[in-house]
Amino acid sequence: MNYLKMAYRNLGRHRRRSMLSALALGLGTALLMFIAAFFQGEMRGSMETTLRLNTGHLQVSNTEYDPDKLSVAWEYLIEKPDQAAAKIETLEPVRAATPRLVASGIVSVRDESAGVQIMGIDPASPANEPYQTLVDGEFLTADDRSGVLIGYPLAESLNLKVGDSLQLLVNTSDGDVDEQQFTVRGIFTTGTSAYDKGVVFLPLAKAQSFSGAENRASYIFVLLHDREQAEAVASAIQGQNLRIRTWTEMNELLVLVNDFSNAYLTFINLIVLGVTATVIVNTLLMSVFERTREIGILTAIGMKGRQVIALFLAEAALLGMAGIAFGAAVGWAVSAYLGRVGVYFGDLGISGEMLLEDRIYPYLTLESAINLIVTAFVITLLASLYPARMASRMEPVEALHSAQ
Amino acid sequence: MEVAKLTDVTRIYKIGEVETRALNGISLTIQDGEFTSLVGPSGSGKTTLLQLIGCLDQPTSGRVVIVGKETTNLSRNQRADLRKGTIGFVFQFFALIPTLTAYENVEMPLLLNGKSASERKQRVMELLEAVDMTDRAHHRPDQLSGGQQQRVAVARALAPAPKMILADEPTANLDTENGEQVMEIMKRLNKETDTTFVFATHDPRVIKYATRVVTLRDGVIEKD
Ligand SMILES: Nc1ncnc2c1ncn2[C@@H]1O[C@H](COP(=O)(O)OP(=O)(O)OP(=O)(O)O)[C@@H](O)[C@H]1O
Ligand SMILES: [Mg+2]
Repeated sequence: MNYLKMAYRNLGRHRRRSMLSALALGLGTALLMFIAAFFQGEMRGSMETTLRLNTGHLQVSNTEYDPDKLSVAWEYLIEKPDQAAAKIETLEPVRAATPRLVASGIVSVRDESAGVQIMGIDPASPANEPYQTLVDGEFLTADDRSGVLIGYPLAESLNLKVGDSLQLLVNTSDGDVDEQQFTVRGIFTTGTSAYDKGVVFLPLAKAQSFSGAENRASYIFVLLHDREQAEAVASAIQGQNLRIRTWTEMNELLVLVNDFSNAYLTFINLIVLGVTATVIVNTLLMSVFERTREIGILTAIGMKGRQVIALFLAEAALLGMAGIAFGAAVGWAVSAYLGRVGVYFGDLGISGEMLLEDRIYPYLTLESAINLIVTAFVITLLASLYPARMASRMEPVEALHSAQ
Repeated sequence: MEVAKLTDVTRIYKIGEVETRALNGISLTIQDGEFTSLVGPSGSGKTTLLQLIGCLDQPTSGRVVIVGKETTNLSRNQRADLRKGTIGFVFQFFALIPTLTAYENVEMPLLLNGKSASERKQRVMELLEAVDMTDRAHHRPDQLSGGQQQRVAVARALAPAPKMILADEPTANLDTENGEQVMEIMKRLNKETDTTFVFATHDPRVIKYATRVVTLRDGVIEKD
């Protein structure tokens, strides 16, 4: 007769009560597992989306360039960007390096207008692959002189279709504005409405001539095979008048939120597990009181305090294992399912430094799952020490008296 | 040999401001192999005395020596250790562990004494045989009658081969026939194994089995 076997039978005395408290722990665990998956999915998605669409892993620009201003005045721009990009692309850890020219502008159709970023891109670069998911029409070609690519939300709000014309107004290099008519070649979607509604793509050459930047670009957008290589690559490209910013510098907020989210998760874990631990403690306390006499008998025949503790901890461990296993299975299943199909939130209105896809894909790391399981188990056992010690401190006489 | 020696033992229960002198300066010696009955009216201190002899409780003053060992300054765990191999208990209510079968109940003190599996098995079967419970070995207490439960309790008390068995009104909840049967068994085991028995009782049918009768009244020994 070992402790676990005795514990199992004792739990069986109040099967429903045991099951309900295991269930409470299970639901808590499942909830926490899903929250963890959701958070991690969100953070991971947000980071990936932001890097992929917005900042890349590295940006190489003129020392004077101010990314907040979107100025295309020559002194802010980088000279001969094609050569520079080609050179960077020869570096081993670099997946793609491509020049981009960004200017601020306004799209207007009939009497409606919207402020946008006008971005000149090299249609052939693999870095621009995220814009190639088209709802309709075709992607840009390098020598197109009158076509633009617009995002689906912008097309919706301005009621534009492929082949429609629009007026584009741009702030030019000499501080003036210019306006031209363009045709919608294609409507793209990156799955991130906040991004898609605010950008209009042109082939780089056309953007350069339209804005008066000539053969200059705002920056070179660099993607790496492994983002951890950013620092190393940055020091390899040092050059005159160049400023190189890594993804961590460009996304300080996001990195911070990411770190903070772990602390936040720990906090939620402790709260929820604290509540479920109370349920377990309560169940055990009830059985300690009900079994006062029995504990007295066991101590009378020579059971020691720590053996009594072990007996009750074994009950807590069984309840914990059953509850946590159930909860982990449910939490994992829900997370895995939603991780595949995603949870649709639409445009959350988060834009700027932190981009979030319209669909959040919960993502559970093995580490956080194990972390949660171990934490839940440890908290359950620690909390159960209280009733267990209480049982162990009962004087056999008092325990025996209470029966009569 | 003296199994238990109490010297000038007093036990005062304090509940709030109220003090109850349950035992008042008792001195008593129990010799090896005795079959002693503690008698006396309700509230005279029989249970209290058994608990002190059994190291379940400690006296307010006085000395309790069990098999030559002074118990006054022992910790709770040391007392548990002393009880484990030396003293067996049979209670008025049939104090079996409800989740364990008759077999497992008898096995429990052997487990606590760290006996090997084969030793345990042999001993349990031997004891169940002695109390005539072999055929009910794998029944739970709630599937046994009161008399059967008390026989299992006697077997459990005997399991670690203690020097002494303390029984508090072992027959109070049994009918005459079952009560006599339990007493017969205890008497027989007393003779066969030379185990000392001390039991508290009101029951005249029980008293007649005793070889020594100690009468308590208001916490003092009135007659020995
Ligand atoms: N735990 C306790 N707390 C307070 N008083 C107690 C306690 N146990 C016993 N007493 C008191 O001590 C006195 C002796 O009690 P005890 O139980 O030893 O008597 P007893 O002879 O066994 O009686 P009975 O025949 O009814 O079992 C009684 O007055 C009782 O009320
Ligand atoms: Mg009594």
